[in-house]
Amino acid sequence: MLRKIRITLAVLFFVGITLLLLDFTGTLHHWLGWMAKVQFLPAVLALNAVVLVALVLLTLVFGRIYCSVICPLGVMQDVVSHLNRKKNRFTYSPALTWLRLVMLALMVVAIVAGLGSLMALLAPYSSYGRIVNNLLQPLYIWCNNGLAAIAEHYESYAFYSKEVWLKSLPTFLIALVTFVVIAILAWRGGRTYCNTICPVGTVLGYLAKFSWFKVYFDTEKCRSCSLCSKNCKASCIDFENHTIDYTRCVTCGNCLSKCNFDALHYGHPGKTEKAERTEKTGNGEKTEGSQNPTRRAFLLGSAIVATDVALAQAGKKVDGGLAEIVDRTPPKRTTPLTPPGSVSAKHMARHCTACQLCVAQCPNDVLRPSGNLLTLMQPTLSYEHGFCRPECTRCSEVCPTGAIRPIDTAQKTAIQVGHAVWVKENCLVLTDGVHCGNCARHCPSKAIMMVPSDPDDEESPMVPAVDHSKCIGCGACEYVCPARPFGAIYVEGNEVHSSL
Amino acid sequence: MNNNKDNISRRNFLKVLGLGTAAVAAPAIVSCAHGDKQSSEQEPPVGKMTYRTNPKTGEKVSLLGYGMMRLPTLDTNGSAREDKDAEIDQEMVNRQVDYAIEHGVNYFDTSPAYCKGRSEHATGVALARHKREEFFIATKLSNFSPDTWSHEAGVEMFQNSLKELQVDYVDYLLLHAVGGGEDAMAEYRARYEDNGILDYLVEQREKGVIRNLGFSYHGDIAVFDYLLQMHDEGKVKWDFVQIELNWLDWHYADEINDENTAAEYLYGELDSREIPAIIMEPLLGGRLAKLPDPIAKKVLARDPEHTVASWAFRYAGTYPRVLTVLSGMTFMHHLKENLCTYSPLKALTDDEMRFLDETIADELMEYNTIPCNDCKYCMPCPYGIDIPAIFMHYNKCLTEGNIIRETASSEYDKARRAFLIGYDRSVPKLRQADHCIGCGHCVSHCPQRIRIPHELHRIAAYVESIKQGKDATAPAH
Repeated sequence: MLRKIRITLAVLFFVGITLLLLDFTGTLHHWLGWMAKVQFLPAVLALNAVVLVALVLLTLVFGRIYCSVICPLGVMQDVVSHLNRKKNRFTYSPALTWLRLVMLALMVVAIVAGLGSLMALLAPYSSYGRIVNNLLQPLYIWCNNGLAAIAEHYESYAFYSKEVWLKSLPTFLIALVTFVVIAILAWRGGRTYCNTICPVGTVLGYLAKFSWFKVYFDTEKCRSCSLCSKNCKASCIDFENHTIDYTRCVTCGNCLSKCNFDALHYGHPGKTEKAERTEKTGNGEKTEGSQNPTRRAFLLGSAIVATDVALAQAGKKVDGGLAEIVDRTPPKRTTPLTPPGSVSAKHMARHCTACQLCVAQCPNDVLRPSGNLLTLMQPTLSYEHGFCRPECTRCSEVCPTGAIRPIDTAQKTAIQVGHAVWVKENCLVLTDGVHCGNCARHCPSKAIMMVPSDPDDEESPMVPAVDHSKCIGCGACEYVCPARPFGAIYVEGNEVHSSL
Repeated sequence: MNNNKDNISRRNFLKVLGLGTAAVAAPAIVSCAHGDKQSSEQEPPVGKMTYRTNPKTGEKVSLLGYGMMRLPTLDTNGSAREDKDAEIDQEMVNRQVDYAIEHGVNYFDTSPAYCKGRSEHATGVALARHKREEFFIATKLSNFSPDTWSHEAGVEMFQNSLKELQVDYVDYLLLHAVGGGEDAMAEYRARYEDNGILDYLVEQREKGVIRNLGFSYHGDIAVFDYLLQMHDEGKVKWDFVQIELNWLDWHYADEINDENTAAEYLYGELDSREIPAIIMEPLLGGRLAKLPDPIAKKVLARDPEHTVASWAFRYAGTYPRVLTVLSGMTFMHHLKENLCTYSPLKALTDDEMRFLDETIADELMEYNTIPCNDCKYCMPCPYGIDIPAIFMHYNKCLTEGNIIRETASSEYDKARRAFLIGYDRSVPKLRQADHCIGCGHCVSHCPQRIRIPHELHRIAAYVESIKQGKDATAPAH
């Protein structure tokens, strides 16, 4: 019974959170957004006392049921482990207490010191978020695009297509390595990751030690057949000594249904039991980073060549045809941008676990994981694919950790996440001698004014000037600037967001 | 039919024909239907084509002229006009040309500029399989680019046309699209007079290499008047002139844009001089084949068995001074439908003519569509904007009732979704109107004299307002 209830709830949570992380249309988070907000670490970072108290109470009453039901990374491991059909493949092993405590200590240090990237690497829910966002969402969007193509054929607007692009190579690789490592561990040893590395598992494990309900032996009925130990994915049942390591038991109920002699029960035991030992380990993850500089130089070089070719072809020879549009090279921002609602770079670094939910949800393809080592995988903004639109506050709505605080559109259009700066050398008005003013035309806060390039000559070509008191850093100017591959106007981040 | 993407009128046509199967066929009107109860699919008859006589040569020209601007391509559903890089489906071109000739079409119109310059070659290949006296070929001196304004470049372009078309003489040669450019008069002079190209062409006419010399005109009326004055003064006699004529432009060309001239004037000037008119844009790039639903209904109600497009063809063909009406027929079903319309032409009555160019034209004008007929002369935009695709999408939404400015409207959400999703489908994001910088490069190339940057900025403002879900306050055009 316990097992069936656990599996049902786990499936509901798992599917729900996965859909939440896959959805790009902004419809599901109204119904499923809470599933991200009840995750343990996000709740800690958001100082969400209600959720924290509820999760602690849940664990104190039922044991580590959180790890079996609510945590999507835990359920993912169960799924992988379940696919391995080899029967009775687990054995009891003593706990690796030292490793668990070291990992927990690292996490605490990361949170206190605000080491965002370390925190992000260790956070279980966020690891799952990255796996879904990087490995699964592209497939999901491609399927959607297939449906959109069919819909287009029938002149239906039921589906619209969405671009798939690699938002950050390091984050993709980390997600891939995380998935492969955790999947191998789960295939071989069930919940190895949860009971050696996961800091949330460790915290809840020590709470679960004191839980009211737990699995316990009826020593009189037990014939020491070892079936329970052989089917415990947490390797926490020592059938010989009739002890269970409650710090590792995730109350999955598998042992209960396997026992042929009704010797295991879930409930409040009459007398408490203790057991602990040590041996063996699992494995952590590795980070990989930074694009190869020569490759970047090559891409840049070919982009420049391509522009020249495109401009050469632009001369009117025949009717029709489309001029090539060169990809925009993102500007080097001295201060990276963080989304409106994230208060400051420091607030973001300290609160974000890099679960990628905001990145997955961003409808304008503005958010992408940072490649900076200190804020690795945390969201940052850039405006090659669109700009941070005034009517959208979706990232602030979905963020489970409070790294991006909830804001409404009125607040959003008053938050200065950065300020536009003009790059005179790139401006087409001066380089190509054309009329432009597209940045000023599209500035939603009317912060850009067109002024004569020569202050002494009213007739000289008009160039943009930015009124920093009005600029909110939304990036509309950067997005619509025609200068390519290097834009003539871009947004510099404000380390601490200010308000108009 | 001139519009390739558009199957609506065709579908409507089949639908109404389907309804008509049970009815007794009316042979006088439905010349193309079988009239049996099993099928109503149209097969054009052979030997019924209407011909007009060229007063200079006495030759009989088919009222339907084949425009070779929108040739079919391999592996795409569009024409070589939509997808410039797609390979032309020569086999299909051959089949359609054969079919057209078999059904009496003898006028084929091409240009060195069409289909990235591949139209002449494909036309030449298809026609070389027929006897030279079976067809008339029209091509143009399409020296749009200033680097082809020299005498040598002009001569080379003409000689190359002969080579590509595999002929030693051209039946009809046109100065291509005079009246365009920022200073239309200056541009005309630079293209044809100052470099002596016009003299060269007249000389070629005397030699018989060009049998008829004329010009195609868009835009500045001063150039049109100037060229006719040359005719009156006997400097250059024009054997024909190609103009844009359809039931919307008859009265409204100048109201749509005050720099244009109503077709009524153009045709009148030619008629009074007994110069034959060749008609282009009988469907305004397909716009007159796909009318807003309430208007289409009125036209169809007059005659449920004929398409909206066929009305436009009959309209153009009814004017007696018209030598031929050009249609860029990408697909066989376009060809068949047009063959039916002109085999033979059933001329419209005066009442029917006024029904179209007054009643229906008045109503269409109310829709305020942008008068773009997707000719793509504005392209390529140096900044990559897909100008015609943006206008086509905007017009489509306008005629379908999907431009709604008031958020309070119950249809607002549906219209907004249709506009925005359709916009992303028709135009890639970086080629949309918000990326127009207003450099003005396109303006002088537009034969319809649309203020392209102004219209693009207006559309961008509309898009921005509906994206924000606000009431649109975009200025009217």
